[in-house]
Amino acid sequence: MSTMVATNKKGFGATLWDYLTTVDHKKIAILYLVAGGFFFIIGGLEALAIRWQLVKPMNDFVSAGFYNELITMHGTTMIFLAAMPLIFAFMNAVVPLQIGARDVAFPFLNSLGFWLFLFGGIMLNVGWFTGGAADAGWTAYAPLSTTSLGEGVDYYVLGLQISGAGTLIGGINFLVTIVNMRAPGMTYMRMPLFTWTAFVASALILFAFPALTVGLFLMMFDRLFGAGFFDPAMGGNSVIWQHLFWIFGHPEVYILALPAFGIFSEIISTFSKKRLFGYTAMVFATVLIGFLGFMVWAHHMFTVGMGPAANSIFAVATMAIAVPTGIKIFNWLFTLWGGNIQINTPMLWALGFIPTFTLGGMTGVMVAAASADFQYHDTYFVVAHFHYVIVGGVVFALLAGTHYWWPKMFGTVLDDKLGKVTFWLFFVGFHLTFFIQHFLGLMGMPRRYWVYLEGQGLDLGNLISTIGAFLMGIGTIVLLINIIKTSVKNEKVSGDPWDARTLEWAIPSPPPFYNFKQLPLVRGLDPLWVEKTEGRKGMTPAEPLTDIHMPNNSFLPFVMSLGLFIAGFGFIYQKYDLSWLIVLFIGMGITLGCMLIRSVKDDLGYHIHKEDLKKEAEE
Amino acid sequence: MSEQDVLNPEQMPHDPEKATLEGKNKFMGFWFFLGGETVLFASLFGTYLALKDSTNGGSTSEELFGLELVFIMTMLLLTSSLTSVYAMYHMKNHDFKKMQIWLGITVVLGLGFLGCEIYEFYHYIHGEHFTMRSSAFGSAFYTLVGFHGGHVVFGLLWITALMIRNAKRGLNLYNAPKFYVASLYWHFIDVVWVFIFTVVYLMGVL
Ligand code: HEM
Ligand SMILES: [Cu+2]
Repeated sequence: MSTMVATNKKGFGATLWDYLTTVDHKKIAILYLVAGGFFFIIGGLEALAIRWQLVKPMNDFVSAGFYNELITMHGTTMIFLAAMPLIFAFMNAVVPLQIGARDVAFPFLNSLGFWLFLFGGIMLNVGWFTGGAADAGWTAYAPLSTTSLGEGVDYYVLGLQISGAGTLIGGINFLVTIVNMRAPGMTYMRMPLFTWTAFVASALILFAFPALTVGLFLMMFDRLFGAGFFDPAMGGNSVIWQHLFWIFGHPEVYILALPAFGIFSEIISTFSKKRLFGYTAMVFATVLIGFLGFMVWAHHMFTVGMGPAANSIFAVATMAIAVPTGIKIFNWLFTLWGGNIQINTPMLWALGFIPTFTLGGMTGVMVAAASADFQYHDTYFVVAHFHYVIVGGVVFALLAGTHYWWPKMFGTVLDDKLGKVTFWLFFVGFHLTFFIQHFLGLMGMPRRYWVYLEGQGLDLGNLISTIGAFLMGIGTIVLLINIIKTSVKNEKVSGDPWDARTLEWAIPSPPPFYNFKQLPLVRGLDPLWVEKTEGRKGMTPAEPLTDIHMPNNSFLPFVMSLGLFIAGFGFIYQKYDLSWLIVLFIGMGITLGCMLIRSVKDDLGYHIHKEDLKKEAEE
Repeated sequence: MSEQDVLNPEQMPHDPEKATLEGKNKFMGFWFFLGGETVLFASLFGTYLALKDSTNGGSTSEELFGLELVFIMTMLLLTSSLTSVYAMYHMKNHDFKKMQIWLGITVVLGLGFLGCEIYEFYHYIHGEHFTMRSSAFGSAFYTLVGFHGGHVVFGLLWITALMIRNAKRGLNLYNAPKFYVASLYWHFIDVVWVFIFTVVYLMGVL
């Protein structure tokens, strides 16, 4: 990306090496943003291909088998390789700054988390080139997945396993960072809402991802080593996969949605020039949603045959989540109420989000009614529902966050006019695509079918839906143009272009690599705003100028992840030929060897001396 | 805190594992990690409980398991947990030599456990023709117990690597947290084994 090169006056090779070895959370944020954005475009192209196939009845743009690969890879890519890493991009860019920290708790692990995600993502997509990607749906239900031919599903299993490990590491890193690294005065109840949501989402990652890890191991043993967990012929039970998958899968949607709520809370408060209404209620709603998120996984399995008692319990638990979510919606509205509202691109996304997400929440309560869900299940109604929450909630938030925090990350402001064009194209396109799908679903159109018949009243709806999808595609292209234009122009802005409230805006844009020269003293919620209302320009330091301790860069995380990537091929191809076990051992050897080096080689970091900091200030 | 302080064995505080910010972070991060590991093993236990009677006409747990060997294994592992407590006690008293000795005993006991487990698996596979592919029960058994065994192997390698690496230079504020979290890991493995002993073996023969 041009901005990356522009901000460093180093040569290309040096810059590349810098990014391959960096442990700086701000650079890792950029890596996540670029990689997540790349996969978002891939997933988007897959979505467009799906919609093009469905543009008219009995279309033959793609084959049935390829269609299955497209929907599977679209869903998997969007969730694991686009939405998750983009959330991590903002968590990395913002959370340490918002709590007034110089760094994250585990810079090395932070980098490892990114490289694991990236190599896992590549692994997932290798299937395209070896005779077919995964084709059993992003949910990979057994026995469809265990009997799928070729290696597509194997790549799904190993790719997700590797990238999932990265996510887990990232989650632990943020938990410890937020608990241990807050600046003086930054109590829990003064933390900005984005930090709070990142905190709860990290806890969800910690307790949800291991269930997926186990599920993927069992699937791997079934597919590659002849085990029989999900094979009834060996006494196995395929519903176990569904439980493990959704014990992970439902919390996963809150892992995505909670930080999205956090992003909007920041934006709405900043551009209404008011502190967030009902801050305490917002925090408790966040925690409550996180907690309830673990109690509801089986609402994805109403039609499996768990019986009326289990179905009712899970239905009621699910509906209960609407309460804290409703609290949030009202708090956003009350924050706007009477505010000094400024409408720019981030704010437009926020205003578009509130009604859109409310619609998604409403259909959520509808599908949570177990008896009614027998009608909705596996129809386009569900496709409409989850895109309303996941695009209308999460993707809107990511796009809003991109415009809001771009100045902090790159030191330039994205063009507001182009930003508004992106918003309107995407917003209108979104509702065109997905609103009509509610009705397609109610008319009985099933999801994951590659064709539909003429004369069943489905033609017009599908045509509209496809047109909408292409509008979103154009909106995304405008965003890319905006990014290029802004980076080429490279007009630097101040540290606080929005006249904002939280700590990240108290330091220059982009921040120096040590973030805070002196740790700030936090004296209330919205700490920067507190200082502004008392007539000060910036934060009061909490400590004298001293030496700053910094971690060393390291190439090990990259190599460690590469090792697992190599081992993945060994795991897969040993099913045909045992000599591939050599590849497995080489790959694992590389990874374990790196772990050993990491364990025995001291890595004490280095210090920036206060004399140098003073000199820098004078320049 | 500068490098000199970190590496100076003369100025050791009472809780060397938590004296530096890095140490505190490691300590807390590892506890979180163990929280995740708990979910991991809970998922494996759940799967095992669902499949333990799905023997597909093959060997059942009553036919396979005997409590004698498992009792020895349990004793070995429980004792090793105790010896690692001694090691940490000496760490807090800055007695590096004694810490190393007790860690060494821990490793030996762990190796004994591992030897028994390998013997047990060998016996099932070659004596009873009971493998991962025999039945869903077989898959679940080897996966659950094997995951635990894998953790034991990793723990042994880890503790040994730390002992060798620091044999010459002794204890300092940089490596104290490393020893401490390794011992936490070892306790966790022990706790998991107690559940395996109960759920797999005791419930399997009774
Ligand atoms: C933005 C434009 C998008 C469009 C036009 C789009 C379109 C589609 C279509 C047509 C399907 C297939 C439905 C079926 O036949 O079952 C689908 C499935 C899916 N989409 Fe999207 N989608 C978009 C964005 C996203 C995003 C951002 C996410 C997640 C973050 C997402 C997650 C999913 C999932 C999980 C599935 C289910 C895949 C499966 O059936 O296994 N989509 N989408
Ligand atoms: Cu759910």
